[in-house]
Amino acid sequence: MSYSRRHTLAMIAGSGITVMLGARMALAKSAEEMIAAFTGGAQITGEGLTLTAPEIAENGNTVPVEVDAPGAEAIMILATGNPNPDVGVFHFGPLAGAQMASTRIRLAGTQEVVAIARMSDGSFARAAQEVKVTIGGCGG
Amino acid sequence: MAENVTPRVRVPKEAAAGEVITIKTLISHPMESGQRKDKEGNLIPRSIINRFTCAFNGETVIDVAMEPAISTNPYFEFQAKVPQSGTFTFTWIDDDGSTYEDSKDIAVA
Repeated sequence: MSYSRRHTLAMIAGSGITVMLGARMALAKSAEEMIAAFTGGAQITGEGLTLTAPEIAENGNTVPVEVDAPGAEAIMILATGNPNPDVGVFHFGPLAGAQMASTRIRLAGTQEVVAIARMSDGSFARAAQEVKVTIGGCGG
Repeated sequence: MAENVTPRVRVPKEAAAGEVITIKTLISHPMESGQRKDKEGNLIPRSIINRFTCAFNGETVIDVAMEPAISTNPYFEFQAKVPQSGTFTFTWIDDDGSTYEDSKDIAVA
């Protein structure tokens, strides 16, 4: 069986796409795994979590984000397109005046930033926002 | 160990009993992510602050688990309830085990 040049090129292109899809799915899965570890597999049903992030971030090294979820015990932030999707978890103590916090995070590129809040009644809420990044923030 | 780590914290000096105040903290730290490479192409090892806590008279206000995706010179803004006069203590814990601390007094008028 002989392969023509056209066939060979098509196969190479095809395998490249498969590898890229595989890598993307692996990343997405690990973000999903982190959410599952945080929620213990519980359904995310609740509302009441606000995630504030810019639509366009010029510099991926410092992207300001704010989370606000009245009645939350803990809020996890994930950057789904980063090499390591986890960003941090805020735990609120008895003297937290409001269950909100803001910080600055690194984003490797344009991606969806996700926040998951665990409420004091045991329910979970989710919020997400797409952030366009002009210059990525992972170096190397 | 990161050099010249300086915490900076902004807390109001006074508050009414039960008032909710805003606290801003910043600490100078490179937060080396472990993803970057040097000129020779070697990976620069990870060196970050992995935890930040704030407490008032020993009671927790906020406790943050931090990953390499937190920016250089980590900045946090959050809110705290002030039931009486006392002291806010701020602690940052480095990957290398060292801790950086700061504290601020607040008076209830």
